[in-house]
Amino acid sequence: MNSVILQVASKYVKWLLVVFALIALYRGHNFPGGGFIGGLLVGLSVIFSSLAYDAQRARNSLKIQPEGYIALGLLTIFLSILPGVFLKQYFMAGVWTSIHIPFLGVIKLGTPFLFDIGVFFAVIGVTLMSFFTFSNIMKWK
Amino acid sequence: MQTLLLVYLVSAFLPFIFAGKLKKAIPFFLAFVHFGAFAYFFSKIERIGNGDILRETIPWVPQLGINFDLVLNGLSIAFALLITGTGVLVFLYAHAYMKSYKNLGVFYFYLFLFSAAMLGLVLSGNLIQLFVFWELTSYLSFLLISFFHEKESARNAAFQSLYLTGFGGLVMVAGIILLGSVVGSYSVSDWVVNAEILRAHQFYLPGLMLIFVGVFTKSAQFPFHFWLPGAMQAPTPVSSYLHSATMVKAGIFMLALLSPILGGTSAWTYTLTLTGAITMFMGAYFAITQTDIKAILAYTTISSLGVLVLLLGIDTALSVKAAMLFLFVHAFYKAALFMIAGFIDKKTGTRDWRNLGGLARSMPITFVFAVLASLSMAGLPPMLGFLGKELIYEAKVQSPVIAPYVLVLGVAGNALMIAVALFFLFKVFLGKAKNQVQIKVKTDWAYIIGPGILALLSLFFGLFPAFLGETIVEPALISILKRDYNVELKLWHGFNTVFFLSLFTVFLGFILFYVAYTRDSVLVKWRAFNQRIFSVRFVDVFNNLLKGFLSFSKRKTELVQHGYHRFYILTIFLVASIFLWYQVYVTIGWNLDNVFTLRPFYVSGLVLVIIISTIFSMVSKSRIATIITMGVAGYGIALLFMYYSAIDLAITQIIVETLILVMFVLILQRLPLFARLSSKTTRLRDLFIALSFGSAMTVLALKSINVNFNHPISDFMIENSYTKAYGQNVVNVILVDFRALDTLGEVTVLVVAALGVFVLLKTKKT
Repeated sequence: MNSVILQVASKYVKWLLVVFALIALYRGHNFPGGGFIGGLLVGLSVIFSSLAYDAQRARNSLKIQPEGYIALGLLTIFLSILPGVFLKQYFMAGVWTSIHIPFLGVIKLGTPFLFDIGVFFAVIGVTLMSFFTFSNIMKWK
Repeated sequence: MQTLLLVYLVSAFLPFIFAGKLKKAIPFFLAFVHFGAFAYFFSKIERIGNGDILRETIPWVPQLGINFDLVLNGLSIAFALLITGTGVLVFLYAHAYMKSYKNLGVFYFYLFLFSAAMLGLVLSGNLIQLFVFWELTSYLSFLLISFFHEKESARNAAFQSLYLTGFGGLVMVAGIILLGSVVGSYSVSDWVVNAEILRAHQFYLPGLMLIFVGVFTKSAQFPFHFWLPGAMQAPTPVSSYLHSATMVKAGIFMLALLSPILGGTSAWTYTLTLTGAITMFMGAYFAITQTDIKAILAYTTISSLGVLVLLLGIDTALSVKAAMLFLFVHAFYKAALFMIAGFIDKKTGTRDWRNLGGLARSMPITFVFAVLASLSMAGLPPMLGFLGKELIYEAKVQSPVIAPYVLVLGVAGNALMIAVALFFLFKVFLGKAKNQVQIKVKTDWAYIIGPGILALLSLFFGLFPAFLGETIVEPALISILKRDYNVELKLWHGFNTVFFLSLFTVFLGFILFYVAYTRDSVLVKWRAFNQRIFSVRFVDVFNNLLKGFLSFSKRKTELVQHGYHRFYILTIFLVASIFLWYQVYVTIGWNLDNVFTLRPFYVSGLVLVIIISTIFSMVSKSRIATIITMGVAGYGIALLFMYYSAIDLAITQIIVETLILVMFVLILQRLPLFARLSSKTTRLRDLFIALSFGSAMTVLALKSINVNFNHPISDFMIENSYTKAYGQNVVNVILVDFRALDTLGEVTVLVVAALGVFVLLKTKKT
């Protein structure tokens, strides 16, 4: 596909989608959003730029490959489980702390949020892996 | 004892750590560990002899009444001394025998781990724990038999032993669980307390038979005996340690452990005596026509195991005493003979007695030990074997219930044993020196020290049986019989029935030996006769059974796992809709008064759009049109979600719908041109199933509104979402906190699915 409009738009829309995804991830605990939606949005952003150019190029521009995202996600999930196991003696128990950050006020951080981040990364990896597998075979042009 | 097992476990890994020059010291070090353990158990003999029982418990699965129990009583200390004592000698022997082979680290690792498992088995105070160790020994035996895995025969023999002993172990654990459910515990001491209840219970007979299958496979009883000769593919230290002195005795240990609990009934007595007697005779009968000296020893081992099972089956104080003594008798002479056979193999390069002869001149010391061990095997005075045999005869003669066939088979078996023992001695060590291949092996003292000590012990205990009888056999007997029993062993019993039986046996044995020795043609004809009459070889029967089972399961699998995606879906939908309609039928009384309405008008419009696009996607002949109309339906559903204020669902639905659309378009190019291949009836059938499933789901969804539980779980979630999980978005809190385990599972499924897509498409490419 060779559409100049799409190619130019993709440069901006791609990052817009990523920012939107991060917001969705961040606000997920209190408002609609979350790791799953965020991950899908990031996946969509990559797919969008592959539609504009080609999948190989989109893949080359990635810093981390899909399998890396999957690994990162699973690792983060694993890390999010540990505090509950060691501090509360329960598998996957939520552990929360609150920290003060200038200008942002009090922020509550907990293992569920870390878990959500893990889901976020894993979903990115899963989406991209399926997409690249489909498109690489078909020599997307 | 925990520490001891831990030391064993850690020491097993040492072969991987030692390197370079230290590598040669591995067997010595491991032998030293064995020696330490031997000394530990030896130091406990006196306390055990006074009736003490050492017990250590670590909670394992307390909810199911399963603890990691270690018990040291008379029975387990006898076996523990056997394991550690022969262990020392076997490792010293292995140092010489295994020198020239590769992968020694792995070999010593397996062998030592086996010792640890075997020790754990005999120290188990809990039957589930015993089963775990039991399976461990089976598995390590498999690994050790297949140590020369370049040879196909070794691999086959290893698999055979694994299948059989593994199968037996699984059957046995079923029996243990069956009987454990009666008692409500798997602890041996609880079983002893409830022995009366167990024996009277209806599960007694099935449970007992299941356990017997395990025992018979492990201890190579008829008709499961055939794996043991196959196991001779293992290196000789393994044969002498696992397949004569220790592992095959695990079944005997199990019987001895259970005899105070399950013994004393006619089922126990008749099953064990019949099996034992057949095995005893058959082993000796087939031993004499073998040509491989290791095979001869393997068959005589089968025979001896039969004797032990028979004795525990007779189940009188005398017979149990005979069994415990014979356990040591057999371990002493058989391990020694195996080691000698291995040495001969090394020295001459052959194990076929037809190529051997006159070795007494070149191996005089070995010859002396071989004579001692063989005499013990033949049961001739003044060896310990004589004592064992006398006691066995006494037990048989005095047994209250046993039919005369046991005595007849016993005499015949023993006569054959004598013939085999003498034959082995005369053919291999005496006579003309054949022009055999002489391989120059340096006569390492390590080859001789093991069999030497064992053979001398056979002699020593034959002359002075009091020590063995009073300090080892007596406590073992007390812990089996659960009452005091005084063991006195004497070499000379006086002129009685037993003595004349013995005399007759020896006479018979000598005649057999004389005939076989002087006329080679007799044995050749005998062998041919056996091959003709016993043409049904158990090994082949077993292999055919295995093949049949595999092809059977292949056919069944192909029936269910046909690989056609459309039929999988068809099956799932059909079965699910049948159950759903059944559910609807059961709840027919629940009326649907609370049917929701499709007001306002844009909601009904949305539903109309979804319906129209679904129908269009069904009848369209263009794939791209189908995909797009399905997308329309999907977005329509997302809008419906939005209307009912399920924002998270709506967002997810929209994104997923978009993704699916893109992916579908990608796949589209791979698909062939649109064609109508199915016949009209097929399409009608599919339509029917689809409609049935869809309408069932619809009815169910409508009905579910009327189902009101007292406290919907959603109320709990809404109440606690912010106070306990600090989140205002209840959906998200459920996903990442309340039901995080579900999400974890879903993420795993997603990852596996992605890997599946990747692997399937990537492998198809090449």
